[in-house]
Amino acid sequence: MKKFKIAFLVLAAGLITAFTTTNPAGYEIGSIATDFSLKNVDNKKVALKDYKEAKGFIVIFTCNHCPYAIAYEDRIIDLDKKYKKLGYPVIAINPNNPEKQKDDSFDKMQVRAKEKGFTFPYLFDEGQKIYPQYGATKTPHVYILQKTDKGNVVKYIGAIDDNHSDETAVEQRYVENAVDALLKKQEVKIKTTKAIGCSIKA
Amino acid sequence: MHQNIKLILLLVFHFFWVLNGFSQSKTLSKPLKVYEIDGIKLKSFNFDGLQPYLNQKNDTVYVINFWATWCVPCVKELPHFEKLNQKYKGGKFKMILVSLDFPKMIESRVIPFIKNKNLQAEVVVLNDPDANTWIEKVAKEWSGAIPATIIYKNEKRRFYEQSFTEEELETEIKSFIN
Repeated sequence: MKKFKIAFLVLAAGLITAFTTTNPAGYEIGSIATDFSLKNVDNKKVALKDYKEAKGFIVIFTCNHCPYAIAYEDRIIDLDKKYKKLGYPVIAINPNNPEKQKDDSFDKMQVRAKEKGFTFPYLFDEGQKIYPQYGATKTPHVYILQKTDKGNVVKYIGAIDDNHSDETAVEQRYVENAVDALLKKQEVKIKTTKAIGCSIKA
Repeated sequence: MHQNIKLILLLVFHFFWVLNGFSQSKTLSKPLKVYEIDGIKLKSFNFDGLQPYLNQKNDTVYVINFWATWCVPCVKELPHFEKLNQKYKGGKFKMILVSLDFPKMIESRVIPFIKNKNLQAEVVVLNDPDANTWIEKVAKEWSGAIPATIIYKNEKRRFYEQSFTEEELETEIKSFIN
């Protein structure tokens, strides 16, 4: 059993190195985002290709435990309610390894999704395989994708807005502004932003 | 007897805080707010107020660590920072632990944390929610994840978006102490 564990660790380290060498910084604006098939809190697999009618996606790496993620939960629900019907649903992904952060286990994701009444899929990045491809480093970390003939093109990377601690003091709604621009077939003005967040525990 | 020791410790602690405040008042900006509870004095700054800490021009080695009480890897590495601060603080060495805890947690969590862990390195609070305007001023390559650390001396500067073991941190500190 122990040997198996070590072998797994070596393999995992190899995989991570492979990712970081082929794709050191993850996606940039204009990259084609990978699709995935990840387990939702209802135990069903969710993939981007399932959304035939969507014009794009608001992919948010988030989690249960991080105070920044918690501060944004209601705002993430609002984003989904507003933009799902316009063709840009929220897809939330928990990238953390529950062995490193026990509050981010699949069971606790189910509890949190129910408590808060998440209107969007809340997926578990089992084995922490998807977030390194995107290049997410923290929670919350947003990627807005636009569906095109070439695939899902990354149009925005960064923060939800410019004030995590006080929603009433928000001046720049980065995600809303970006999706609004895409819906009007305009260029996204602010394409990348940075915010403080909890480092992803892999 | 126990009470007396407590009182003396408190007084000594307070004395150092006052001294600390005095020696810095000439170069550093006015805090947003000064918290003072249980003999612990803690200043909060917006980014403009913090920036002088990141750009001192002298031959002191500065170690600036961005952390929060709720950040598990940050709390885990803090004892290494404390230990090395004790070891090097006699020389030209200054450590500043920049808390990114939310304002509402300063009195309920940060101050009790400083007290319980008996933190000796200087702690300040950065309260500036529009992080997009200042993260790259700390370090261009910083994604915004914590823990994050800067070590600098004059123009020589390195940024670390990672957790440290004590050995790793000491190796980096030593590379700045010639």
